[in-house]
Amino acid sequence: MTTQAMDFTLSRDAFGHLSLTDAAGERHDHVQVVRAFPIAAPDEGISLLSADGHELAWITHLDQTDPATRQLIDETLAARDFMPVLQRLKSVSSYATPSTWAVDTDRGPTRFVLRGEENIRRLPGEMLMIADEHGIQYLIKSLPALDAHSRKLLDRFL
Amino acid sequence: MLTNTMATADTASTPLLPEPWHTHLQSALAPDESIEAWLTLDLDDTLRFSDSVLVLTGRQLIACATDGQIAAWPLDAAFELHAHDHAGVGSLTLQNETARQAIWRFTLTQNPAALRFCRRFDQILDALREGREAGPVPAVLCAQCHAPLPPDEDDCPACSGSIDQPPSTWTLFRLWRFAKPYKGQLLIGFLLTLAATGATLVPPYLTMPLMDNVLIPYQNGQQIDTSLVVLYLGGLLASAVVAWGLGWMRTYILALFSERIGADLRTTTYDHLLRQSLEYFGNKRTGDLMARISSETDRICVFLSLHALDFATDVLMIIMTAIILASINPWLALVTLVPLPFIAWLIHLVRDRLRTGFDKTGRVWGEITSVLADTIPGIRVVKAFAQEKRESERFREANRVNLEANDKLNRVWSVFSPTVALLTEVGLLVVWAFGIWQVANNDITVGVLTAFLAYIGRFYGRLDSMSRIVSVTQKAAAGAKRVFDILDHASSVPEPTNPIHLKGVKGQITLANVGFRYGNRAVLRDVDLVIQPGEMVGLVGHSGSGKSTLVNLMCRFYDVSEGAIRIDGVDVRSVPVGEYRKHIGLVLQEPFLFFGTIAENIAYGKPEATRDEIVAAARAAHAHEFILRLPQGYDSLVGERGQGLSGGERQRISIARALLIDPKILILDEATSSVDTETEKEIQKALDNLVRGRTTIAIAHRLSTLRKANRLVVMDRGRIVEEGDHDTLIERGGFYWRLYEAQQRQVEGEALTPSLTPSMPNAHTAGVDAEPTLK
Ligand SMILES: Nc1ncnc2c1ncn2[C@@H]1O[C@H](COP(=O)(O)OP(=O)(O)OP(=O)(O)O)[C@@H](O)[C@H]1O
Ligand SMILES: [Mg+2]
Repeated sequence: MTTQAMDFTLSRDAFGHLSLTDAAGERHDHVQVVRAFPIAAPDEGISLLSADGHELAWITHLDQTDPATRQLIDETLAARDFMPVLQRLKSVSSYATPSTWAVDTDRGPTRFVLRGEENIRRLPGEMLMIADEHGIQYLIKSLPALDAHSRKLLDRFL
Repeated sequence: MLTNTMATADTASTPLLPEPWHTHLQSALAPDESIEAWLTLDLDDTLRFSDSVLVLTGRQLIACATDGQIAAWPLDAAFELHAHDHAGVGSLTLQNETARQAIWRFTLTQNPAALRFCRRFDQILDALREGREAGPVPAVLCAQCHAPLPPDEDDCPACSGSIDQPPSTWTLFRLWRFAKPYKGQLLIGFLLTLAATGATLVPPYLTMPLMDNVLIPYQNGQQIDTSLVVLYLGGLLASAVVAWGLGWMRTYILALFSERIGADLRTTTYDHLLRQSLEYFGNKRTGDLMARISSETDRICVFLSLHALDFATDVLMIIMTAIILASINPWLALVTLVPLPFIAWLIHLVRDRLRTGFDKTGRVWGEITSVLADTIPGIRVVKAFAQEKRESERFREANRVNLEANDKLNRVWSVFSPTVALLTEVGLLVVWAFGIWQVANNDITVGVLTAFLAYIGRFYGRLDSMSRIVSVTQKAAAGAKRVFDILDHASSVPEPTNPIHLKGVKGQITLANVGFRYGNRAVLRDVDLVIQPGEMVGLVGHSGSGKSTLVNLMCRFYDVSEGAIRIDGVDVRSVPVGEYRKHIGLVLQEPFLFFGTIAENIAYGKPEATRDEIVAAARAAHAHEFILRLPQGYDSLVGERGQGLSGGERQRISIARALLIDPKILILDEATSSVDTETEKEIQKALDNLVRGRTTIAIAHRLSTLRKANRLVVMDRGRIVEEGDHDTLIERGGFYWRLYEAQQRQVEGEALTPSLTPSMPNAHTAGVDAEPTLK
């Protein structure tokens, strides 16, 4: 929809918030950046929302933004996106829930409490999403690609 | 959602900073500088897991990284510390009026601590601005039991259960709790088992004298002693008859008993389930819960009635046989036991695999039921979008997973049983060989050997069936685990430990600083609202602004994450849930009717209601006339979820249901959204009489519905943005005015082209409640 010769400019204010100036020259502060498909297609469909949640701009693909904008968006998303990718399951405290899992993720090792088996959800394409008791979501990108030990532990919960 | 709400009161001592932070910080602190608060941050700037700590003293804010690197911000009166969170990540921003100074991040695990840290920061800065000493750290009270929490803890030691209990391997023994009431029967059953088993052991014993005193002497040329034969055969018959009688009694008594345990287990689990909060149900799949309560408890019941019984008999039999064997000939007896260690080893090997296997098949079974429980209620959508094929595919897939799990299990199992059989055959062979050798050496008589073989046949047979029980036991253990999973789950809307009983509710509702989140998603923030007894408050706002959520909190379907809700000044968490809800009449956005007659549905909240009361309530809700038009009137049966009635009819029945219990507080969540304007007006008229004297909270998108409201509360994205009566709000020209204008325009548009734009006030009210759960 929005033309790719972007009709808006982004900037960051001293408080770290993004501001967007649209084609009409109107300035919006506290702009939020969200991914439309954070799991299925993280780089496609980026939306810029105003402080009250209305869409200001839609970016079909991150590639289509100019480098400066792209950097601002990347920075903002990096500070906002938090979906550790679970790479290895080291141990589980018990096979019955609630169970504390010690895991390695792409964001370093950590532990979390799984409250129930229903907090492990299957996504299309052998992906799994695990929500811990505080609502943090851990992603397993590909179940078959995990190592045997992790798979064996995980299998007890699937 | 585990974040406890905390009220402040009294004081508590400053928590001690743990190592290694304490050492790292020594250099940064002046000798007389004391630590006021500290917060562990478990994420770094790039959102990687890594520990660091944020420390607040009376003079500065110090961040200490994992490697001991320190950054400090001397406190400045212009500083502000803000906490935010999004998708599981919390952040603290330090800023002054011109720019952001620093930002720290942490997971929501730390959120309560972070909020505490912020509070303390504000206290100290306030003191700094006013140039006075900051007071001591206020103590924090547990939201549930109002006991002061230890300074550095978020969970109340008094009332929170430990979350990470290891499951007991002996889950099956936990069934004892259910067996206890039937102790007497159990004991009788056990004694009968003992006697019956004893009786079945007599016949082989009699083969010994039969052989040695009758048959062998006959072979050696002696006459058969008929009286002896009659005696022995009589003994055989008698023991068989006794064993039959005893066995019959025992099976009957124990089957009765296990059936009762099964029923108790089922009803207890269901009762427990009913007490869970909506949060619990929101997270579980209906089918899985159904499978647990129906088929898992049934498995346990079958296990108890058939297999546990057999197992006990087997054990007894084996012990008794072993004793008899040893008393006849210890050496031969010893040889008999040769296969035992192998079998034990085999059982050990197979047991864990079986249990995990059965656990898995149990879960998969839950999945299958879930598919059904998803699709059958949603059948209209499935058909409307012609997705039968896809749903059938989904069911087939679930079944495929089930087959896979079972195939794996059967591979293990199919090897196991024949192996045990083989081992016992080999054992028999060994006994034969050893026996013949002993007979040849004249150590034993042929009779002894025959008796031995007769016993061993039984002995090994029992071993075989006992090993079979491994599978059933593991099946039952897996089932018991899944059932106890439900039973062990404490409700997140807990019953208060020291309940306060409400006497004569007036109906004042106070929301103090209420915050609420579904999982990691904050839905309500800083909601402050006082509703006076008898007042009618209208809640308006865009779809998704949190109106239903607020109402859910008032009904205590969920507990607040922050702040408190009070009724007549009493925290609703300290009132017994059932007692509290008695005072609330609720009409839901998505009316739900149970399978039964219309009268039953209206009287759902008050089963003892008289017919007159039911009719009066129906009249008030303007349901009376349409009910009379149904072929069976009030006795018409409505199907599950009220199929067979229109949306508006269902709504009117649920209004009647709420009115019948004559509640002090009436909550109407889009109660009249599905009826036409004409009918709504009439219901409204009836409601106008009924709301008198009751505290009423009404949610409506059609603003005209709320014309009688004393006050309108406008919500937007989880906050209250405006409050006041219609005229004031219109005058203000704010949020409400915009909503109102938009609707007026629509109404005018309708008036102009009535045939083209049918009234669709409800087009955007498809709330969350109405959506099928996609969990
Ligand atoms: N069970 C739930 N789990 C997660 N989020 C939920 C749940 N229920 C509601 N929400 C979210 O909470 C927000 C408020 O929902 P709520 O049902 O309170 O809205 P509402 O104001 O009643 O809207 P409507 O007018 O459409 O009924 C919505 O954004 C919704 O997505
Ligand atoms: Mg709603």
